[in-house]
Amino acid sequence: MSFYFFGEKIRLVSDIIAGYLSIFLMGIAAVVFLTYYKKWGALWRYVKTTHHSKVGILYLSAGFAFFLRAGLDALIIRAQLALPQNEFWVFQGDKYNQMMTTHGTTMIFFVAMPLIIGLMNVAVPLQIGARDLAFPFLNALSFWLFLAGGALINISFVLGGSPTAGWTSYVPLALDEFTPATGNDYYSLGLQVSGIGTLLTAINFLVTIINKRTPGMKLMRMPLFTWATLVTSILILFAFPALTVALLLLMFDRLYGTGMLAADAGNSLIWQHLFWIFGHPEVYILILPAFGIFSDVITTFAKKRLFGYSSMVIALVLIGFLGFMVWIHHMFTVGLGPTSNAIFAISTMSIAVPTGIKIFNWLFTIRGGVITFNTPMLFSLGFIPSFVIGGVTGVMLATVPADYQYHDSYFVVGHFHYVIVGGTILGIFAGVYYWWPKLFGFMLNDVLGKWHFWTFLIGFHITFFPMHIMGLKGMPRRVFTYLPEDGLTGLNLASTVGAFMMGGSMMIFLWNIYQSYRHSPREVGNDPWDGRTIEWTIPSPPPEYNFARLPKVYSSDAWWQAKKYQNGRLEAAEELSPIRMPLDTAKPMLIGMFMLIGSFGIIVEVWYFQLVGLLGVIGLMVLHSFQDSGRKMVTPKTHPDEKIGGEE
Amino acid sequence: MDVGERLTDQNFPESPEKATLEGKNKFLGFWLFLGGETVLFATLFGTYLGLRNSFGKGPEASEIFQLPMVFAATIILLTSSLTSVYAVLALKENRVKQMRRWFFITLLLGLSFLGLEIYEFVEYVHEGHTFTSGAFGSAFYTLVGFHGGHVLFGCLWITALLVRNSGRGLTLYNAPKYYLFALYWHFVDVVWVFIFTVVYLMGKVG
Repeated sequence: MSFYFFGEKIRLVSDIIAGYLSIFLMGIAAVVFLTYYKKWGALWRYVKTTHHSKVGILYLSAGFAFFLRAGLDALIIRAQLALPQNEFWVFQGDKYNQMMTTHGTTMIFFVAMPLIIGLMNVAVPLQIGARDLAFPFLNALSFWLFLAGGALINISFVLGGSPTAGWTSYVPLALDEFTPATGNDYYSLGLQVSGIGTLLTAINFLVTIINKRTPGMKLMRMPLFTWATLVTSILILFAFPALTVALLLLMFDRLYGTGMLAADAGNSLIWQHLFWIFGHPEVYILILPAFGIFSDVITTFAKKRLFGYSSMVIALVLIGFLGFMVWIHHMFTVGLGPTSNAIFAISTMSIAVPTGIKIFNWLFTIRGGVITFNTPMLFSLGFIPSFVIGGVTGVMLATVPADYQYHDSYFVVGHFHYVIVGGTILGIFAGVYYWWPKLFGFMLNDVLGKWHFWTFLIGFHITFFPMHIMGLKGMPRRVFTYLPEDGLTGLNLASTVGAFMMGGSMMIFLWNIYQSYRHSPREVGNDPWDGRTIEWTIPSPPPEYNFARLPKVYSSDAWWQAKKYQNGRLEAAEELSPIRMPLDTAKPMLIGMFMLIGSFGIIVEVWYFQLVGLLGVIGLMVLHSFQDSGRKMVTPKTHPDEKIGGEE
Repeated sequence: MDVGERLTDQNFPESPEKATLEGKNKFLGFWLFLGGETVLFATLFGTYLGLRNSFGKGPEASEIFQLPMVFAATIILLTSSLTSVYAVLALKENRVKQMRRWFFITLLLGLSFLGLEIYEFVEYVHEGHTFTSGAFGSAFYTLVGFHGGHVLFGCLWITALLVRNSGRGLTLYNAPKYYLFALYWHFVDVVWVFIFTVVYLMGKVG
C-alpha cells in the first residue's frame, strides 16, 4: 500500500504506520491533557513569551522531547546491531541509514544545542545581574526557528524518509544522484532554519554579557558558566556561517541542478572543508558550556573558590581559539599531504594543554574541600574520568599515521560519544539538577537523582567502551550488520545492553520530575544549595524582573563573600523604581511558522508554499518594524526574603 | 528623556545612535552580526576560488566579463556609500530633512546598481553563462547573487525606514536604526570591492 505526497511515494509499511499512529496518539493525548487540566491559556502564554527564563524552559522541554526521539533511534540502532546478521524489524540498509542519520543530527543540533542554550537562557541573566537578554524578541524568534528546523528533520521520517547520508552528510553520497529521496533536502533546510536561530542567539548572549552586567560585575568577576557562554557565543558567531554556506551549496546542488559539490563537475572536498570549519568549533560549542556548568557546580559543592580562576578563563578562550584551526584532523585520510596533516595534528594535540589545565584545576578545587555528594555534584565527578578517557582517545586519533587505522571505525564512534555524552550530556544533567530549584521553586528528588546518575554512568560506559575495541578489531561505522566469525558479537551485545540501561535511566529521570512535581516540598528559599553566585540571592522562582534592585558586586563569588563578611546582604546599586519589561508577542512564533511553510515548499518544490512562506516572513518583519517596540512598566516589590539592599 | 521624544537642537546628544542602552545594544549586536556576515562571504569567496576554473559547458570568465559595465556599477555603489556618509553626518547634526534626502539618493543609487546587475546577468545568460552551465557559473551566481540579495534587502530596509519615519523627526528610538542601515550599506559596499577584484579583475586577467 502506498500513496503520493507532493510527488514523493510513501509506502505504508509497519514502521511508517507506527510513526503515524504515534504522532496521532501523542497529538490526541496532548489535546486531552491541555483541555482536561485547562492548560490552553498557559500554553498560549508560553507561545507568546519573550522572557528569558520562559524561553529557557521552552528550549529545555523541546530539547528533552527530541532527546527521547533520538534516544529511541539509538535503541533501534543498538537492537539491530545486537547480534550478527540480525534483522530487527525493518531497520536494515536504507532504513538503518535513516535511523543513524536522524540519531546523530538530532542529538547534536536538536538535543545538545537547545539544552545548552536553554540553560544559558535560564542562568546567564541571573548570574550577571540582568533583567532579560539584550534582545528579548530575537530570543523568542531564535527558539521558534530552532523548533521549525527540528520539526522539519523529525517529520521527514513519515513523509518519504529521513536523511540518509549520516550527520556529516558527505557529498557526493548526499547529492540527488545517489540519494534521490527528499530526506537529505529535509537535512539541508532543517539545519539552515535552526542555524539562523542559533546565530541570532549567539549575538544576543554576546551583547547581553558585554552590555548588561550589573555594576561591579567586571569580566573577571563573572561566574565560569557565563564566561563559557561568552566564548561559546563567539564560536557560534564565526562557525555557523560556514555551515550556512555549505547547506546552501548542498541545497542548490540537490534542488536547482548545479554541480558545485559533485565529484566530476565541481569539487566534493569543498563540502568537507566547509562542514568541518563549522563542525569542529561546533564540538567546542557543545563542550565549553558544560565546562562552565562543572566549574560552578564543583565550587558550590566543594565549598571552595575555583582553583586558578584566571587560568580557567584563559583555558576557555584558548580552547575556543584553537578550535578554529584543527578542522583538517577530520580529513587526515583525504590526502592533503604530510605537511598540512602534521600542522593540524600538532594544533589538535595542543588543545589537550588548556583542557588538561581545566581538569587539574577542577581536581585542585575539590582537593581539601567540604564536599557534598548530591546529584549535580555526582554528575560533575562522573564527568572528570569519563571525559579524560574521551580526551585521551582524541589525542590517539590526532596521531596521523594511527588515524589511518582508526578512521571511520567504531573507535571514532566510541571517542566522540565519550566526549559528547561524557562531557556535554553529563554537564546538562548537572546543570538541570543544579538550577531546577531556582527555575521552579522545588528540588528534584536526590535519591531518584542518584539512581538516575548511577544507571546512566554505568550504562554509558557499558555502551561506549566496547566500541573502542570493536573499532580496533576493524568494525567500520555506519554498517547495519556484521558476521558471526568477525568476533564482534559479545562486544556488540554488551553495548546494546548498556544502551537499554541508559534508556531505563532516562525513564528514572522522567519519573523523578513527576515525583518531585507532586511531592517535593515547595518554598526552597532563595539559596537551597548554599551557593556562591548572585543568582542565589533572588527568590525561586524569580519574579519576572529577576532583581527588584540590581546588586552591586565587589568580587567574584559575590554572594558567598556577602554571606561570609556582610551579614548575607549585597549592596543595592539602585533605588526601587518601575522597571521596563518587554511585551509578549506571537510574532516570533508566526515567523517560525512561515519559515517552516516556506522551507517545506522548497523541499517538496511547490511554489505557492514558498511564496506564502516568503511573504509571511517579510510581512511580519515589516509589521514588526512598523510597530515601535513597546515596553510595559512593572513596579517591583521587595520580597520578604530580600538579600539585596535594605539593612546594611 | 523618553526614547520616543522628538530630538531638538537643545536636547540633542552627542551620539544619538548610542545614547540609550537599547541603542548601544543594537550598535554592538549589529557589529557582531557583520562579523558573522564576513565569515559568510569569506566562505563564499573560498568556494568561488575553488571552482572558478571549472567552466563546464559555459564560456570562460575572460570571454564574458564586461569590465566597463561592472566598473559603472562599482562607481554607483561606491557613490551610494558616500551619500550614506552624508546622511549620517546630517543625522549627527539633527538635520532630518537632509538626512532623509541623502538616504533617498542612496536608495536610488542602490536600485540603479541592482538594475545594472540584472541587465548584466541577463546578458550572461544569453551568452550561455548560466546558473547550471558549470561549477564556475553556479559559484559566480551564488556569490554575486548573494551580494545582490544583500543590496536588495538594504533597499527594502531603507524604504521601510523612510516610510515608517516620514513626518517624524529624529528620536533616540529611530536614530540607531538609521545608523545601522548606514553600517550595513558600507559592509555591502566593501564586499563589492572584493567581488570586483576577485571575481571580475582576476577573471579577466588571471
